[in-house]
Amino acid sequence: MQQVVQPGMQPVATTFFFYFLSGLTLVSGVFVITRKNPVHSALALIFGLLAQAGLYLMLYAPFVAGVQIILYAGGIMVLFLFVIMLVNIERSQKEEQFNKQWLVGLLAAIALGALFVVVYVKGKNLFPYRIAQPIENSNTQQIGVMLYGQYMFAFEIASLLLLVAIIGAVVMAKKRI
Amino acid sequence: MAPIGTLHYLVTAAALFILGVIGVLTRRNVVIVLMSIELILNAVNLNLVAFSRLWGLNGQVFAIFVITDAAAEAAVGLGILIAFFRNKETVNVDEVDLLKW
Amino acid sequence: MLDYITSYLSSDTTPGQAGNVFWAFVYIMVVFGGISVAVMAMNWLERKALAHFQIRLGPMRVGPHGLLQPIADAIKLMTKEDIIPAEADKFVFWIAPLIILCASFAVYIVVPFGPTHAITDLNIGILFMLGVSSLSVLGVVMAGWASNSHYPLIGALRSSAQMVSYEVAMGMAVVSAVLMTSLHGLGPYGVGVGTSGTGTLSMIGIVQAQQEQHVWFLFKFFPLGFIAFGIFAIAMVAETNRAPFDLPEAESELTAGFHTEYSGLRWSLFMLGEYAAMIAVSSIAVTLWLGGWYRPFPNTLTGETWDLVFSLFPGLSFLALAAIAFVGVRRMPKHPYFRVQTIGLAGFGAVLGLIGLILFAPPMRDRVQDIFWFVAKVAGFMYLYIWYRATFPRYRFDQLMKVGWKVLLPIGIGVLILTAVLGVVL
Repeated sequence: MQQVVQPGMQPVATTFFFYFLSGLTLVSGVFVITRKNPVHSALALIFGLLAQAGLYLMLYAPFVAGVQIILYAGGIMVLFLFVIMLVNIERSQKEEQFNKQWLVGLLAAIALGALFVVVYVKGKNLFPYRIAQPIENSNTQQIGVMLYGQYMFAFEIASLLLLVAIIGAVVMAKKRI
Repeated sequence: MAPIGTLHYLVTAAALFILGVIGVLTRRNVVIVLMSIELILNAVNLNLVAFSRLWGLNGQVFAIFVITDAAAEAAVGLGILIAFFRNKETVNVDEVDLLKW
Repeated sequence: MLDYITSYLSSDTTPGQAGNVFWAFVYIMVVFGGISVAVMAMNWLERKALAHFQIRLGPMRVGPHGLLQPIADAIKLMTKEDIIPAEADKFVFWIAPLIILCASFAVYIVVPFGPTHAITDLNIGILFMLGVSSLSVLGVVMAGWASNSHYPLIGALRSSAQMVSYEVAMGMAVVSAVLMTSLHGLGPYGVGVGTSGTGTLSMIGIVQAQQEQHVWFLFKFFPLGFIAFGIFAIAMVAETNRAPFDLPEAESELTAGFHTEYSGLRWSLFMLGEYAAMIAVSSIAVTLWLGGWYRPFPNTLTGETWDLVFSLFPGLSFLALAAIAFVGVRRMPKHPYFRVQTIGLAGFGAVLGLIGLILFAPPMRDRVQDIFWFVAKVAGFMYLYIWYRATFPRYRFDQLMKVGWKVLLPIGIGVLILTAVLGVVL
């Protein structure tokens, strides 16, 4: 069972894995927004993020998948779980979970969804199935060359942004400034 | 079934985006609102990476920047949440009304 | 079907790269079984070695010299009552040890036991390993939260803060080692033509880069490789919550920290995950700095005779173990009560000797070389873990965080910058 992909020929595994992973992502998204207990929501979000890393691997983006697992699932979600533990959620679990304007919000989201459907139906043929860059092997190296060459300025700005975020988070969470 | 093309990934990303929007608009718990914002950012990332398969690696580089941004924003947002919780002892979004008329 | 199975044997890649599902499954089962046996052996070795460090004997009763003690422990843990605290969140309580276990075991997908003896060789290998091992922090946090009691919560917070802090220092050390893979020169201060090569993140590629540069990265740009290795060695002990960084699970401090409320089989899952994580980070250290599966001195002591000498080591080591077992048999008391144990130990020694003799045969000698040297180096690290636990006093939590952020991280960044500068200049 060769795993070399040529346009026009796809092994069965790709279809199965795509539907499995995207189904997992969407189901975990539903769990995130509907669970009463924030810890359950965080757990569902972790599974969704890991499934999304799998989707990135299917899109031949191994470096982004690795970054997603390290930063998102292993960093940001730990931060969320810490804060959920520090903030006493007991009382909020017994309260009403959804807003007073939940119906309006739902209708707005459905309108957005209808917009998406119209756009994708009309533009279905704009996205041909072709692959622009060579498959894997030197993905990390090419991203590295781009990050430090073409996008050097954005890279430095991103590091400055992280510094500002660190200082901001420390200041916001201190007891006495 | 049809071979998995770019459109499949775009539809998944759109569905994830709509779920995130519903979460932001309808939930009362601030932590879950922040998690829904992470869902929205993830949907955008999926879109970017799906397009980068067609049009070059720029999409993946931008996706890395978006993930970095999401980390910074989550940190600051949760810091604000802790500061707010220390004052008001609640994580209900409806209670954030000190500046209301 | 049969040639699907045999067609892999003539290829020279890992099963994952060849796309061969059957052999990948076989490798996964072998690795899983091997790690489980290694965890049990590690349990026995830890108790015996700690005991001998403390001038006592350790388990002696259960089997000859306590060899059956891990099995007895496993049976005890499996038959214990499964207690879940009253107000605990059942789903999260159930899933926390599973997350730690899955995260610790998923690392073994890319661990290279030989040039083709890995389950697969991802070209983001080291990134994958760092990422998946950082998922075990989530399991720890959830275990502490779900237990719904004070000690586990504080233990979980402390443990996860410690793990996250030392991951940063580990990342710095790993990046310095990955930087060294892009150089071309030979020897410790490699001066080569065109040193701006392309590095690699794949585990097998890192080991092969060490072979091409004729030096273990431990000695590259001495002392920079050594300092990077030292940072990783300290950070990996802190990452797996082992002494001297085991405040979150020390008995006198927090009554076993985040796994206080877990009993029986669930606790053994935590222990399995912890030891598996120890072996996993040790294999990262071996791959990145100690030359992976290559025998010592592959380039200075070359030639047929030296190859032959080093290829006798696996058999000799098993024969040495068998000799130690027979010495133990001789020293057993001559009381009829001990007859069963004496026979058991003699049988064990005979099995070890038989394996040693089998490993002397030329076809086995060639096949087992890579795996033996890799496992021997990882076993050295395991012994070091036990040695640290017996020797060092425990760090206090603020001292622990201070070491992680204020000592290891600046040194790591300094090593990274100096490695990069030397790599460009030299």
